[in-house]
Amino acid sequence: MIVLVALAGGLGAACRFLIDSALAARTRRNFPVGTLVINVTGSFLLGLLVGWAQQHGPGAEPARAVLGTGFLGGYTTFSTASVELVRLTRAGRRAAALGLACGMLGFSVAAAAAGVACGTRL
Amino acid sequence: MPPRPRPAHPSLRGRLSPALLLAVAAGGTLGTLVRATVAATLTAAGPPVGAGWPWATFAVNITGSALLGALVQALALRGPDEGRRRLLRLGLGTGLLGGYTTYSSFAVETATLGSGGHLALAATYDAVSLAVGYLAAALGFLIADAHARRSGRSTTP
Repeated sequence: MIVLVALAGGLGAACRFLIDSALAARTRRNFPVGTLVINVTGSFLLGLLVGWAQQHGPGAEPARAVLGTGFLGGYTTFSTASVELVRLTRAGRRAAALGLACGMLGFSVAAAAAGVACGTRL
Repeated sequence: MPPRPRPAHPSLRGRLSPALLLAVAAGGTLGTLVRATVAATLTAAGPPVGAGWPWATFAVNITGSALLGALVQALALRGPDEGRRRLLRLGLGTGLLGGYTTYSSFAVETATLGSGGHLALAATYDAVSLAVGYLAAALGFLIADAHARRSGRSTTP
Protein backbone atom coordinates (compact mmCIF):
# COMPACT_ATOMS: atom_id res chain seq x y z
CA MET A 1 0.00 0.00 0.00
CA ILE A 2 2.74 2.45 0.97
CA VAL A 3 4.42 1.83 -2.41
CA LEU A 4 1.22 2.73 -4.26
CA VAL A 5 0.80 5.84 -2.08
CA ALA A 6 4.38 6.92 -2.87
CA LEU A 7 4.06 6.28 -6.62
CA ALA A 8 0.77 8.21 -6.71
CA GLY A 9 2.61 11.08 -4.98
CA GLY A 10 5.24 11.03 -7.74
CA LEU A 11 2.47 11.23 -10.33
CA GLY A 12 0.87 14.12 -8.43
CA ALA A 13 4.19 16.00 -8.32
CA ALA A 14 4.65 15.46 -12.08
CA CYS A 15 1.13 16.83 -12.73
CA ARG A 16 1.94 19.86 -10.55
CA PHE A 17 5.13 20.48 -12.54
CA LEU A 18 3.31 20.25 -15.91
CA ILE A 19 0.40 22.50 -14.83
CA ASP A 20 2.72 25.03 -13.16
CA SER A 21 4.97 25.16 -16.25
CA ALA A 22 1.96 25.62 -18.57
CA LEU A 23 0.45 28.39 -16.41
CA ALA A 24 3.80 30.15 -15.89
CA ALA A 25 4.24 30.33 -19.67
CA ARG A 26 0.84 31.97 -20.14
CA THR A 27 0.70 34.43 -17.25
CA ARG A 28 2.73 37.29 -15.84
CA ARG A 29 5.90 35.72 -14.61
CA ASN A 30 6.20 37.79 -11.45
CA PHE A 31 3.20 36.33 -9.64
CA PRO A 32 3.05 32.61 -8.77
CA VAL A 33 -0.45 31.84 -10.08
CA GLY A 34 0.43 28.16 -10.72
CA THR A 35 0.84 27.22 -7.04
CA LEU A 36 -2.38 29.09 -6.22
CA VAL A 37 -4.41 27.18 -8.83
CA ILE A 38 -2.80 23.85 -7.86
CA ASN A 39 -3.39 24.23 -4.12
CA VAL A 40 -7.00 25.43 -4.49
CA THR A 41 -7.98 22.64 -6.92
CA GLY A 42 -6.10 20.02 -4.87
CA SER A 43 -7.84 21.15 -1.68
CA PHE A 44 -11.26 20.85 -3.35
CA LEU A 45 -10.46 17.35 -4.65
CA LEU A 46 -9.12 16.16 -1.26
CA GLY A 47 -12.26 17.54 0.44
CA LEU A 48 -14.37 15.66 -2.10
CA LEU A 49 -12.44 12.44 -1.43
CA VAL A 50 -12.55 12.80 2.38
CA GLY A 51 -16.30 13.55 2.30
CA TRP A 52 -16.92 10.55 0.04
CA ALA A 53 -14.72 8.27 2.20
CA GLN A 54 -16.61 9.28 5.37
CA GLN A 55 -19.77 7.83 3.82
CA HIS A 56 -18.15 4.58 2.71
CA GLY A 57 -16.44 3.33 5.86
CA PRO A 58 -13.20 1.30 6.03
CA GLY A 59 -13.67 0.01 2.45
CA ALA A 60 -12.83 3.48 1.15
CA GLU A 61 -9.54 3.68 3.07
CA PRO A 62 -7.25 2.34 0.28
CA ALA A 63 -8.67 4.88 -2.22
CA ARG A 64 -8.34 7.69 0.33
CA ALA A 65 -4.72 6.74 1.04
CA VAL A 66 -3.57 6.37 -2.59
CA LEU A 67 -5.53 9.31 -4.09
CA GLY A 68 -5.51 11.56 -1.00
CA THR A 69 -2.25 11.04 0.89
CA GLY A 70 -0.51 9.97 -2.34
CA PHE A 71 -1.68 11.81 -5.45
CA LEU A 72 -3.21 14.97 -3.94
CA GLY A 73 -0.53 15.24 -1.24
CA GLY A 74 2.13 15.11 -3.96
CA TYR A 75 0.14 17.44 -6.24
CA THR A 76 -0.27 20.25 -3.69
CA THR A 77 2.66 21.92 -1.96
CA PHE A 78 3.12 24.03 1.14
CA SER A 79 6.89 24.51 0.87
CA THR A 80 6.71 26.19 -2.57
CA ALA A 81 4.00 28.53 -1.25
CA SER A 82 6.23 29.54 1.71
CA VAL A 83 9.25 30.11 -0.55
CA GLU A 84 7.19 32.21 -2.98
CA LEU A 85 6.08 34.43 -0.07
CA VAL A 86 9.73 34.94 0.94
CA ARG A 87 10.68 35.72 -2.69
CA LEU A 88 7.92 38.35 -3.00
CA THR A 89 8.89 39.89 0.36
CA ARG A 90 12.58 39.98 -0.58
CA ALA A 91 11.60 41.75 -3.83
CA GLY A 92 9.87 44.43 -1.71
CA ARG A 93 6.38 43.24 -2.66
CA ARG A 94 4.93 42.81 0.84
CA ALA A 95 1.35 43.56 -0.21
CA ALA A 96 1.49 40.92 -2.96
CA ALA A 97 2.93 38.41 -0.48
CA LEU A 98 0.20 39.11 2.09
CA GLY A 99 -2.49 38.95 -0.62
CA LEU A 100 -1.14 35.66 -1.94
CA ALA A 101 -0.94 34.10 1.56
CA CYS A 102 -4.47 35.16 2.54
CA GLY A 103 -5.97 34.44 -0.88
CA MET A 104 -4.46 30.96 -1.12
CA LEU A 105 -5.58 30.13 2.42
CA GLY A 106 -9.10 31.52 2.01
CA PHE A 107 -9.79 29.95 -1.39
CA SER A 108 -8.22 26.60 -0.42
CA VAL A 109 -10.15 26.24 2.85
CA ALA A 110 -13.40 27.30 1.13
CA ALA A 111 -12.71 24.82 -1.69
CA ALA A 112 -11.93 22.06 0.84
CA ALA A 113 -15.17 22.72 2.76
CA ALA A 114 -17.17 22.77 -0.50
CA GLY A 115 -15.44 19.53 -1.53
CA VAL A 116 -16.36 17.80 1.74
CA ALA A 117 -19.97 18.99 1.39
CA CYS A 118 -20.18 17.65 -2.20
CA GLY A 119 -18.32 14.44 -1.30
CA THR A 120 -20.73 13.44 1.46
CA ARG A 121 -23.55 13.56 -1.15
CA LEU A 122 -21.78 11.29 -3.66
CA MET B 1 -5.73 23.43 -46.15
CA PRO B 2 -4.29 21.31 -43.35
CA PRO B 3 -4.06 23.09 -39.99
CA ARG B 4 -0.63 24.45 -39.26
CA PRO B 5 1.02 22.76 -36.28
CA ARG B 6 0.96 25.18 -33.36
CA PRO B 7 4.51 26.05 -32.32
CA ALA B 8 5.40 25.34 -28.73
CA HIS B 9 5.29 28.36 -26.46
CA PRO B 10 8.76 29.94 -26.53
CA SER B 11 9.23 29.75 -22.75
CA LEU B 12 8.18 26.09 -22.70
CA ARG B 13 10.61 25.11 -25.47
CA GLY B 14 13.50 23.10 -24.11
CA ARG B 15 12.14 23.21 -20.57
CA LEU B 16 9.91 20.17 -20.40
CA SER B 17 12.37 17.40 -21.11
CA PRO B 18 11.42 13.82 -20.14
CA ALA B 19 14.48 13.67 -17.87
CA LEU B 20 13.30 16.69 -15.86
CA LEU B 21 9.75 15.31 -15.62
CA LEU B 22 11.17 11.98 -14.43
CA ALA B 23 13.30 13.79 -11.82
CA VAL B 24 10.19 15.55 -10.48
CA ALA B 25 8.21 12.29 -10.38
CA ALA B 26 11.04 10.37 -8.66
CA GLY B 27 11.52 13.15 -6.10
CA GLY B 28 7.76 13.36 -5.52
CA THR B 29 7.60 9.60 -4.94
CA LEU B 30 10.33 9.76 -2.29
CA GLY B 31 8.87 12.90 -0.67
CA THR B 32 5.43 11.31 -0.45
CA LEU B 33 6.95 8.15 1.06
CA VAL B 34 8.62 10.20 3.82
CA ARG B 35 5.45 12.27 4.44
CA ALA B 36 3.27 9.15 4.66
CA THR B 37 5.74 7.58 7.11
CA VAL B 38 5.82 10.72 9.28
CA ALA B 39 2.00 10.87 9.17
CA ALA B 40 1.65 7.21 10.19
CA THR B 41 4.10 7.70 13.07
CA LEU B 42 2.79 11.03 14.43
CA THR B 43 -0.91 10.37 13.82
CA ALA B 44 -0.70 7.13 15.81
CA ALA B 45 0.81 9.06 18.73
CA GLY B 46 -1.36 12.21 18.51
CA PRO B 47 -5.02 13.20 18.89
CA PRO B 48 -7.62 11.75 16.47
CA VAL B 49 -7.91 13.53 13.11
CA GLY B 50 -10.28 16.52 13.33
CA ALA B 51 -10.04 16.82 17.11
CA GLY B 52 -6.61 18.36 17.73
CA TRP B 53 -3.54 20.05 16.31
CA PRO B 54 -2.53 18.20 13.09
CA TRP B 55 1.09 17.65 14.13
CA ALA B 56 2.08 15.44 11.19
CA THR B 57 1.07 17.97 8.50
CA PHE B 58 2.52 20.82 10.57
CA ALA B 59 5.86 19.02 10.96
CA VAL B 60 6.33 18.22 7.25
CA ASN B 61 5.17 21.66 6.09
CA ILE B 62 7.52 23.61 8.38
CA THR B 63 10.63 21.44 7.85
CA GLY B 64 9.90 21.26 4.09
CA SER B 65 9.61 25.07 3.86
CA ALA B 66 12.99 25.56 5.58
CA LEU B 67 14.73 22.96 3.40
CA LEU B 68 13.22 24.32 0.16
CA GLY B 69 14.20 27.90 1.07
CA ALA B 70 17.79 26.81 1.69
CA LEU B 71 17.90 24.70 -1.50
CA VAL B 72 16.51 27.22 -3.99
CA GLN B 73 18.60 30.07 -2.59
CA ALA B 74 21.79 27.96 -2.47
CA LEU B 75 21.26 26.95 -6.12
CA ALA B 76 20.39 30.52 -7.18
CA LEU B 77 23.60 31.82 -5.58
CA ARG B 78 25.66 29.25 -7.49
CA GLY B 79 24.52 30.44 -10.90
CA PRO B 80 21.70 30.51 -13.48
CA ASP B 81 18.89 27.96 -13.39
CA GLU B 82 20.21 25.56 -16.05
CA GLY B 83 21.90 22.20 -16.48
CA ARG B 84 22.71 20.37 -13.24
CA ARG B 85 21.35 23.20 -11.05
CA ARG B 86 18.00 23.01 -12.84
CA LEU B 87 17.91 19.21 -12.48
CA LEU B 88 18.66 19.53 -8.73
CA ARG B 89 16.06 22.28 -8.22
CA LEU B 90 13.35 20.27 -9.99
CA GLY B 91 14.24 16.84 -8.57
CA LEU B 92 14.97 17.85 -4.96
CA GLY B 93 12.87 21.04 -4.76
CA THR B 94 9.76 20.68 -6.96
CA GLY B 95 9.75 16.87 -6.64
CA LEU B 96 11.11 15.78 -3.25
CA LEU B 97 10.28 18.79 -1.05
CA GLY B 98 7.14 19.72 -3.01
CA GLY B 99 5.84 16.16 -2.59
CA TYR B 100 6.98 16.01 1.04
CA THR B 101 4.80 19.01 1.99
CA THR B 102 1.06 19.26 1.40
CA TYR B 103 -1.41 22.12 1.16
CA SER B 104 -4.51 19.99 0.49
CA SER B 105 -4.27 18.20 3.87
CA PHE B 106 -3.65 21.56 5.55
CA ALA B 107 -6.83 23.03 3.97
CA VAL B 108 -9.01 19.97 4.62
CA GLU B 109 -7.82 19.74 8.26
CA THR B 110 -8.75 23.42 8.71
CA ALA B 111 -12.19 22.87 7.18
CA THR B 112 -12.74 19.74 9.33
CA LEU B 113 -11.68 21.50 12.54
CA GLY B 114 -13.94 24.46 11.66
CA SER B 115 -17.01 22.34 10.86
CA GLY B 116 -16.40 20.33 14.06
CA GLY B 117 -16.78 23.50 16.12
CA HIS B 118 -13.05 23.99 16.80
CA LEU B 119 -12.99 27.43 15.14
CA ALA B 120 -10.32 28.95 17.39
CA LEU B 121 -8.05 25.94 16.91
CA ALA B 122 -8.57 26.07 13.11
CA ALA B 123 -7.72 29.79 12.99
CA THR B 124 -4.65 29.30 15.22
CA TYR B 125 -3.48 26.32 13.14
CA ASP B 126 -3.74 28.44 9.94
CA ALA B 127 -2.02 31.53 11.32
CA VAL B 128 0.79 29.59 13.01
CA SER B 129 1.36 27.32 9.97
CA LEU B 130 1.60 30.25 7.53
CA ALA B 131 3.74 32.43 9.83
CA VAL B 132 6.13 29.68 10.93
CA GLY B 133 6.28 28.28 7.36
CA TYR B 134 7.24 31.73 6.10
CA LEU B 135 9.85 32.22 8.85
CA ALA B 136 11.27 28.73 8.21
CA ALA B 137 11.65 29.43 4.47
CA ALA B 138 13.19 32.86 5.22
CA LEU B 139 15.64 31.17 7.62
CA GLY B 140 16.54 28.72 4.83
CA PHE B 141 17.35 31.68 2.53
CA LEU B 142 19.49 33.30 5.27
CA ILE B 143 21.41 30.08 5.92
CA ALA B 144 22.15 29.74 2.19
CA ASP B 145 23.24 33.42 2.08
CA ALA B 146 25.55 32.95 5.08
CA HIS B 147 27.03 29.78 3.65
CA ALA B 148 27.71 31.50 0.31
CA ARG B 149 29.39 34.44 2.11
CA ARG B 150 31.63 32.07 4.07
CA SER B 151 32.59 30.25 0.86
CA GLY B 152 33.38 33.60 -0.77
CA ARG B 153 30.58 33.42 -3.33
CA SER B 154 28.55 36.39 -4.47
CA THR B 155 25.39 36.97 -2.41
CA THR B 156 23.50 38.65 -5.22
CA PRO B 157 21.30 35.98 -6.79
